[in-house]
Amino acid sequence: MKLFKTLAVSAAVALASTSGVATAGTLQDVKARGELNCVVTTGVAGFGAPNDAGRWEGFDVDFCRATAAAVLGDPNKVKFVPTTGKTRFTVLNSGEGDLLYRNTTITMSRDADLKLTFLGVNYYDGQGFMVPKALGVTSAKQLDGASICIQTGTTTELNLADYFRANNMSYEPVTIETNEEGQVNYLAGRCDVYTTDASGLASTRSSFDNPNAHIILPEIISKEPLGPAVRQGDDEWADVARWVLNMLIEAEEFGVTQGNVKGHAAKAGDNPSINRMVGTEGDFGSMIGLDKQWAVRALSAVGNYGEIFERNIGVNTPLGLARGLNAQWTEGGILYSPPLR
Amino acid sequence: MSTEQSYAPGEHPDMAPPSTEVGIIGWVRHNLFSSTTNIVITVLTMYFLYIIIPPMLNWLFLDAVFVADSRDDCRAIARAAGEELGACWAFIGKRFEIFVYGFYPVEERWRVNISFIMMLAALVPVLFDNVPYRKHALWFSLIAPFVIGWLLIGGMGLTPVSTDKFGGFMLTLTIGVTGIVGSLPIGIALALGRQSHMPALRMVCVAFIEFIRGVPLITLLFVASTMLNYFLPPGTTFDLLLRVLIMVTLFSSAYIAEVIRGGLQAIPKGQIEAADSMGLKYWQSMRLIILPQALKISIPGIVNTFIGLYKDTTLVIIIGLFDPLGMGRASLADTKWQGLSTEIYVFVAIFFFVSCFSMARYSLYLEKKLHTGH
Repeated sequence: MKLFKTLAVSAAVALASTSGVATAGTLQDVKARGELNCVVTTGVAGFGAPNDAGRWEGFDVDFCRATAAAVLGDPNKVKFVPTTGKTRFTVLNSGEGDLLYRNTTITMSRDADLKLTFLGVNYYDGQGFMVPKALGVTSAKQLDGASICIQTGTTTELNLADYFRANNMSYEPVTIETNEEGQVNYLAGRCDVYTTDASGLASTRSSFDNPNAHIILPEIISKEPLGPAVRQGDDEWADVARWVLNMLIEAEEFGVTQGNVKGHAAKAGDNPSINRMVGTEGDFGSMIGLDKQWAVRALSAVGNYGEIFERNIGVNTPLGLARGLNAQWTEGGILYSPPLR
Repeated sequence: MSTEQSYAPGEHPDMAPPSTEVGIIGWVRHNLFSSTTNIVITVLTMYFLYIIIPPMLNWLFLDAVFVADSRDDCRAIARAAGEELGACWAFIGKRFEIFVYGFYPVEERWRVNISFIMMLAALVPVLFDNVPYRKHALWFSLIAPFVIGWLLIGGMGLTPVSTDKFGGFMLTLTIGVTGIVGSLPIGIALALGRQSHMPALRMVCVAFIEFIRGVPLITLLFVASTMLNYFLPPGTTFDLLLRVLIMVTLFSSAYIAEVIRGGLQAIPKGQIEAADSMGLKYWQSMRLIILPQALKISIPGIVNTFIGLYKDTTLVIIIGLFDPLGMGRASLADTKWQGLSTEIYVFVAIFFFVSCFSMARYSLYLEKKLHTGH
């Protein structure tokens, strides 16, 4: 009898504790858990990979850390959930992850059909082709009949099919799972052409023993706006993640950096936009369920958009990507964050 | 031809065999150049070895760089020494710790080390029966898994470490050893259940075995990692590694059951009838007569399944756990080391070969030891 009672009580407690979590939104879940589950890649150079000490680093990874810093106050309270191109959406939708930052192209079908909510663009990319210089090819139009290494489960696979159909050409696909596999296959000559996002091509080429023996063709055959996503139906959480992204972009526009953000936060300055961001004017954090210091924490953890870019994929890194489209709108790019006001 | 004999009849001295029949020359003549076919094969093999081995040695050792900070560094060092670019083992060296421990916190890694030693110590009395004090040691083997579990996961005085921090070799060993230890008893039970005279029990066992064998492991893992959340009440968290352990164990137990069924069917019916006529109960006859013989026959098949299971642990990458292979692939995405895939694959291959080859040798030892036939 006594055993029965104990069992009943513990079952009730267990039920209460799980259902308590279940009814709240993702923001409350994350706060209660004290950890942000961020869905990332199993490894894309510059965008996300563990370093020599096993710490996750990369462009997308830093956005995860910024979000964790804003919500939980600590950029290290992130649990990275590595996924492949095929499993990423399932993992997010099943609730194993709270936020997806994984070189993911925003498309209508993913937004509507896969029940995701995209939050904005953190990298504007486009699909290109790389070929060995020795082939003598100078344009993608000359690729009729070529064998092409292509990652499965990605938009690049579909773009490729569209492009070749539109130009009345044929190709032989050599399907691969990861970028690294593509690299090996391409170098071994199992495909004539390697196609993926231009950023990926640049990073892949930079790792070759002889990068100059390969050229990236001038044609960019698609728009690949890469951005974060959350599950559909939790607008409160979507707002949090969206405004962390917007804030990081706007911080660059106004020159708020990892180094000077504490100074800006110490006392109100002349620029009201900066004041609103660092919480010395108005209370914008509370609108998304956070406190006034949310942006200060995120910026001191990883810096603004430009700093994240330069640290992970910029011209001084092995990837050596120029800002290009990803420059601020004031500097010839198309990064244009809605204002924090 | 001399007609003179310098020794008495019947006293012929032992003469040394011709030098072409003994020693290295004899061996070579008999084994490598005994016929035209053999000569051709030998020459061709020598030629291939000549083509393959020197570049391999150069790549593996002579031109290899063992200490460097990045791939560019490796290239620079090789260039400075005026060598071709060989393997860049510095990559493995720098990342050795995360290959072994995964993301396990640095200050807690001693717990993994102790667990590993305990695991070896617990396995010895189970695997070999000529160990001194084996009876007492077996008690230790029984308790060890629980202590190891506590050490690895923490709690009760130790800092808790969540299982998503597991990775590398320790993850492979955790999944492999748990799967092997768990699936053998379950497999035996299933095999016996499948032969049972009770229809309900038999049907349950057959359904389980056929279902598990009909579905690829990767599907089961995927179901365990993501689909399960759709069925469980929202908010329930159920440790990912635990799900994997359960799935892997169930998966290989179905295969083990079929291997053992093969062994059971090889036992002549007379054995069971003899046991019955002695008045032995079902479990007694199984334990004393049938299973010892059936398991002995099944050893190669069982070990085969275990080796397969051990290698299948690399599939956990699909659910976001980094075994050595997954960790290696992720490492290749580090901009510092990009493109060094051969080094990674060679390194991981050596690890798996050592593990699987030891299992194979142990099974041979066991077969020899249990060989009581005629």
